[in-house]
Amino acid sequence: MSTILLIEQTLNGLQFGVMLFLMAAGLTLIFGVMGLINLAHGSLYMIGAFAAAAVAAATGSFILALIGSLIAAAIAGVIVEMTVIRRLYDRDHLDQVLATFALILIFSEGTRWVFGSFPLFLDKPAWLSGTVMLPFGIEYSLYRLTIILIGLAVAGGLFWMIARTRIGIQIRAGENDREMIGALGVNISRLYTLVFALGAALAGFAGALIGAIQSVQVGMGEPVLILAFVVIVIGGIGSIKGALVGAILVGLTDTLGRLLLPQFFGLFMDASAATSVGSSLSSMLIYILMAGVLLFKPSGLFGGGH
Amino acid sequence: MKLKSLILAASMGLAVAAAQAEGVKVGMITTLSGGGAGLGIDVRDGFMLAVKQAGRSDLEVVIEDDQRKPDIAVQLADKMIQSEKVDVLTGIIWSNLAMAVVPAATAQGKFYLSPNAGPSPLAGKGCHKNYFNVAWQNDNLHEAAGGYASDAGHKKAFILAPNYPAGKDALTGFKRFFKGELAGEVYTKLGQTDYAAEIAQIRASDADSVFFFLPGGMGISFLKQYADSGVDLPVVGPAFSFDQGILQAVGAAALGVKNTSQWSKDLGNAANKAFVADFQAEYGRLPSLYASQGFDTANLLMSAMDAADVNDQDAFRAALEAAKFDSVRGDFKFGPNHHPVQTIYVREVIQEGDVFTNKIVGIGLKNHSDAYAADCKM
Repeated sequence: MSTILLIEQTLNGLQFGVMLFLMAAGLTLIFGVMGLINLAHGSLYMIGAFAAAAVAAATGSFILALIGSLIAAAIAGVIVEMTVIRRLYDRDHLDQVLATFALILIFSEGTRWVFGSFPLFLDKPAWLSGTVMLPFGIEYSLYRLTIILIGLAVAGGLFWMIARTRIGIQIRAGENDREMIGALGVNISRLYTLVFALGAALAGFAGALIGAIQSVQVGMGEPVLILAFVVIVIGGIGSIKGALVGAILVGLTDTLGRLLLPQFFGLFMDASAATSVGSSLSSMLIYILMAGVLLFKPSGLFGGGH
Repeated sequence: MKLKSLILAASMGLAVAAAQAEGVKVGMITTLSGGGAGLGIDVRDGFMLAVKQAGRSDLEVVIEDDQRKPDIAVQLADKMIQSEKVDVLTGIIWSNLAMAVVPAATAQGKFYLSPNAGPSPLAGKGCHKNYFNVAWQNDNLHEAAGGYASDAGHKKAFILAPNYPAGKDALTGFKRFFKGELAGEVYTKLGQTDYAAEIAQIRASDADSVFFFLPGGMGISFLKQYADSGVDLPVVGPAFSFDQGILQAVGAAALGVKNTSQWSKDLGNAANKAFVADFQAEYGRLPSLYASQGFDTANLLMSAMDAADVNDQDAFRAALEAAKFDSVRGDFKFGPNHHPVQTIYVREVIQEGDVFTNKIVGIGLKNHSDAYAADCKM
């Protein structure tokens, strides 16, 4: 195995990680500020991808498609928050899980109703296609490189927003003591809607970015949702920093595990059995990682006192 | 869901009195929601098109959605056998679901007609006199792909498939007929959507061609990412990775790729011409190979109903074995293990106007049976 392959796989892991971060950031913010478990977050990812595919088909512009995905997912988030989620803040987690699971079904069947059961076409623009030569002779997909850069830029933007802006202070205060910031005169219900819309927009944005290299179809959000939950459990629920570290950890573990485990088993098994055992084990690897982290840090790597 | 299915059946003019003595009740368990829904919907639509065209009053179809989950498929099968009292089960798309449902259903004396999944255990040691596969044994299309890859002069193939029964059958089938050596063999997660890691391994290997079996959305993701990766090795695959339902979503990235199929929309027989035209008129889209399999399954069933009463199991089984119906594949006959003996074609992805589709460019394997028939003792 060459170093080039290893570096390329590390980049792939990083790209997977920042994509997971876009999902996990919204999830962890919503849980941190509102104490809400939102299973429908994967549906917002799907809405972003479908909105992007629809806008791209109508206008032919990828940039407009990305903007469309942000707007559509944010609007869907606001509508859902105002009609359904708002009634759930005071309920226990079981009610929230039940209601947001119902939302998944409604969104999935609704999308199937509007767009049909067959996958839609969404492709990256020509100016992002193809590969670039990185130092050391590594040929890497330009689009994936762009996703990494966009993801890191979004992460930077989020950190800045939370650390430096008024809304960030309110979010941090909300995480610490929800009732007190209401008593101090902050419009708490507007803050909640805003945070929910922000999380939704990030998820929709991730859906559109990934939809261009994967398939845009009903149910595309749920596998990502599960991974996003793994990320926030590893990183510590409510922590943006935890979401970033957790996402990159999960991305690298998954990608490198898929490469290295079959080779490791190949050292003392025949090739076909090693492939089979290695691939089975590598698909469990992130859950083993999660269990390992929880064993030593029960509230996650950067978890506070939740 | 049950209500919906019944309304569907009623709207198609099929609802018959439940207590009817000679009628046949069919339970269809297939994937109608989630990631693999396109496949199940095609099988259902193909099946129901044949039923509608026949306009029989002695056939009732109950359709349920298994959501691609084995546990749900098992529950549905139990319910259909015990409370719906169906005579025949059909519809399952995925081999892991078929393995969970079929042995139990046939052991309880029900007929099972598979419109898609053909896992190897059910063709060999685990075969059953009441189990018929109308599509193919899982290995078949991959065997043809392996043979084609050798004929095309490929010497070193990199092969990948999802880690589930049909994925293993796929790679086994390919290797059985591929004469060259392997540059790599990879099993991916079922439902995986990102193939960057696998494509990087392909790039790093010294392969001269790539074979992959990734049905549904998995294939769309792989092809789009492969086209963008700068790896330009020729690709060979079974029809599942290039079927009508996914080609539009892949776009130009699939153009020119060779794939193997027992059916194609440009097969010239009269039954197929009528099927393609009628399917388009009814549903407003081109049929896929899954739809053709559903259509054949229904016609096989109705041909047996014409010849025998379902309650006389031996006669009904003999009528199924005879397979006297006009298959859209042309000639159709069963081998000794109730799996088709059929010709598998090589197709190429082409563009017709705005639509991406396939056309036949050659024959992969003629009158091909499967490798497991000898192990089957009925």
